[in-house]
Amino acid sequence: MSAEAVVSVRGVTKVFGKGGVTALKDIDLDVAQGDFVSLIGPSGCGKSTLLRIVGDITEPTSGDVTVNGKSARRAREDRDYGIVFQAPVLFDWRTVAKNIALPLEMQRWDRGRRQARVAEMLDLVELTGFEKLYPWQLSGGMQQRVSIARALAFAPPLLLMDEPFGALDEMTRERLNLELLRIWSETGSTVVFVTHSISEAVFLSTRVAVMSPRPGRVSALIGIDLPQPRTVETREQPRFFELVTEVREALHATGADEVEEQLAAEGPE
Amino acid sequence: MTSATFAHGRPSPGRRLLGWFREWLPAFVVIAIGLVTWQWVLPDVLGIQRFLLPRFSAVAQTFWDERTALWSAGWFTFKEALGGWAIGSGLAFVSALVLARWRPLGRALMPYAVAANAIPIIAFAPITNAWFGTFSPRSKMAVAAVLCFFPVLVNSLRGLTSVRPESIELMRSYAASEASTFRRVRIPNSLPFVFSGLKVASVLAMIGAIVGDYFGGSIEALGIQIRSSVGLSQFEYAWAAILVASILGLLFYGVISLAEHFALRWHPSSRRIE
Amino acid sequence: MWYALPVQPGGEATRARRATSWVAAGVVRVAVLVLVFLVLGALWEGYRWFWINRDWTVPFEVQDRTMPHLHEIVGQLFREWPEGGPVLGSTLLDAALFTAKEAAVGFAIGAVVGFALGAVIAHFKVLQRGVMPYVVASQTIPILAVAPMVVVGLGNGVSVLGHTWVPADWLRVSVIAAYLTFFPVTINTVRGLQSADPLALELMHSYAAGRWRVLWRLRLPTALPYLFAAFRIAATASVVGAIVGELPSSIQSGLGGAILNFNQYYSAEPKNLWATNLVAAALGISFFLVVVLAEKLVVHRAPERLV
Repeated sequence: MSAEAVVSVRGVTKVFGKGGVTALKDIDLDVAQGDFVSLIGPSGCGKSTLLRIVGDITEPTSGDVTVNGKSARRAREDRDYGIVFQAPVLFDWRTVAKNIALPLEMQRWDRGRRQARVAEMLDLVELTGFEKLYPWQLSGGMQQRVSIARALAFAPPLLLMDEPFGALDEMTRERLNLELLRIWSETGSTVVFVTHSISEAVFLSTRVAVMSPRPGRVSALIGIDLPQPRTVETREQPRFFELVTEVREALHATGADEVEEQLAAEGPE
Repeated sequence: MTSATFAHGRPSPGRRLLGWFREWLPAFVVIAIGLVTWQWVLPDVLGIQRFLLPRFSAVAQTFWDERTALWSAGWFTFKEALGGWAIGSGLAFVSALVLARWRPLGRALMPYAVAANAIPIIAFAPITNAWFGTFSPRSKMAVAAVLCFFPVLVNSLRGLTSVRPESIELMRSYAASEASTFRRVRIPNSLPFVFSGLKVASVLAMIGAIVGDYFGGSIEALGIQIRSSVGLSQFEYAWAAILVASILGLLFYGVISLAEHFALRWHPSSRRIE
Repeated sequence: MWYALPVQPGGEATRARRATSWVAAGVVRVAVLVLVFLVLGALWEGYRWFWINRDWTVPFEVQDRTMPHLHEIVGQLFREWPEGGPVLGSTLLDAALFTAKEAAVGFAIGAVVGFALGAVIAHFKVLQRGVMPYVVASQTIPILAVAPMVVVGLGNGVSVLGHTWVPADWLRVSVIAAYLTFFPVTINTVRGLQSADPLALELMHSYAAGRWRVLWRLRLPTALPYLFAAFRIAATASVVGAIVGELPSSIQSGLGGAILNFNQYYSAEPKNLWATNLVAAALGISFFLVVVLAEKLVVHRAPERLV
């Protein structure tokens, strides 16, 4: 299994500061080629930290991360993944087209190739015609689409997303979920997706990793066997609700235990 | 498909002119009132004497009569201010780059830069006179340069470091070098701050050049002419010289603002700048 | 931060740990201060030694007259000047206090006027259009350039409705400081009073809070950071204004007078002027620090986080 896995996390632990806040403890996770894995959990469970460790933006205190058969650092240096944050993080001084072209410029693509790829990406996220606009002229949803286009510009095999639709309203979110699934199937990439929303996790993923806090760990891995391609109707199917309930119960189970343990520990002090 | 929030189409020229007029009307009225006050209220009603502020008409007359002498003095002083501004701002920006690149150094020294801004640099003018010679423009240029240094440094450093953490993380995900991050993220991000600092510095440079002369300088400079004309009780000339200085200062500031407008065309107008 | 560090509940051990780390931070700060001064001193002496050795005259010739030894400058403060008279340090201290008085009074007047004006402008939107351009225009007059004239001119008295009033010499200089203070304070008062979060305003309205209550409980606290930003600028400007205002030689007792005096006799004893500069710098910085300290005490705000 690990031979095919795009991302392989083994025994990763992350402790912040000398005070010792254990954000993650002994995480084991495999993400296979073409998988769409969601990380879901309450605040403080370390899901964003885990994502950043996979992207080599943060270093783990201990443990191993293999991305695309290489170390996380090599994978980053070889630019094997694209990342999308919760905020669009576009550069205000660049037009939409130039924002998407940023990673291509850094990889020294020549002008013609860059322009062609930017046009492709704009087409992919359905923003053709908006090349010359500046970020502040776009709505939040459109800005996020631009940042997705940027993340995919150099066709990385892996896409890391940290609650990318968290700041958007529900309707825009649902629409962007559909678009993301379309993009995912068209590009055939692997996605690791952090989210707060149970329904979003179930709708988008092939597998959902439920995480629990203090210390952060993966407490449940739930396979989502809903048929592909998923559509608006998928959300109304009974199986969808069953899976949402399953995820919810997995979240509550660990969450409740945790809270009780914490209270017990702090009590006598 | 989703609609974009475009900027509005441009209104007709007539509407624009009317809008412009309406916006500037209060300012015109105020200036008119100010001139009236200057010409009649201050001298006649409040008894402000010639020593303090001659009538506007007297000053305007002198301004016109002596325009050649005044403008050549103004130009002389302006060159001192411009030179000092360029040197001081340039050094400040480079220093800011260094301090932003080596963060611990920058973090440690930032409070000192802010405090150094509080030193009355103008007291240094006699010393630069001793260094470069009282009559050399370089002494006033040095004063102007030191005056410009700290504001531009503080502003530039703030601009270079007030980048969102996610932008830095994004660049890290591209395995970008520090130089690349500086070039693509930090420096463009700092431009609004840098321009703000440059504008402040332009005002300081002009003032520094003139006031520096009060400690001694060349007769060709505006400051010396102000001082000597006050000494000779030629207050109209002194105020006319002040007027020249104000106009030059405004022009200097205006040119920088214009450059800022072009450099920051991408900037949303809704954004506030310190 | 995308990872929120949970607040650790406090116990006796934690409190003791926090206290020691606070003291440790203070010690580090002092150490850095000493280090910075040492480095600057070393740079000064190093530059001096190097330039004298090489006989370089760019950008200027370096010798005892143009760049005295640092320790000699400081030492000068403890020497009598003139011979048989008071120690230079004490003379300069008196001068500094005189200038400080001018600057402080001017600052106070300018701050009060500026705040009042700003509060009125912020309240009546109509005024904003009409008065603000004038406020801005007032700054196009280079007041520092005008300072000596104003100070001399006011010495001849101001006559209002038949009465002539001649202000004291130091008070005339305060006018300069006040003028330099009122502009930033006005601008920032307007900005600050109008910067209240619209949602917070709605909250206050839901409490049926009257205009004055809203001002006192919401707008003023929100405006404080802006005010203090203006105060920091104004504090420095007041000192500069006071020094420049003293330049007409009729006023001898302040730092401006001291500078002119020692400038005249620079060739005879250059160290005096340098010592005066040192004292002037100290004055400017202390004014600034007073404002910063006041801000720390009055405004409780999250520190700026710079990446």
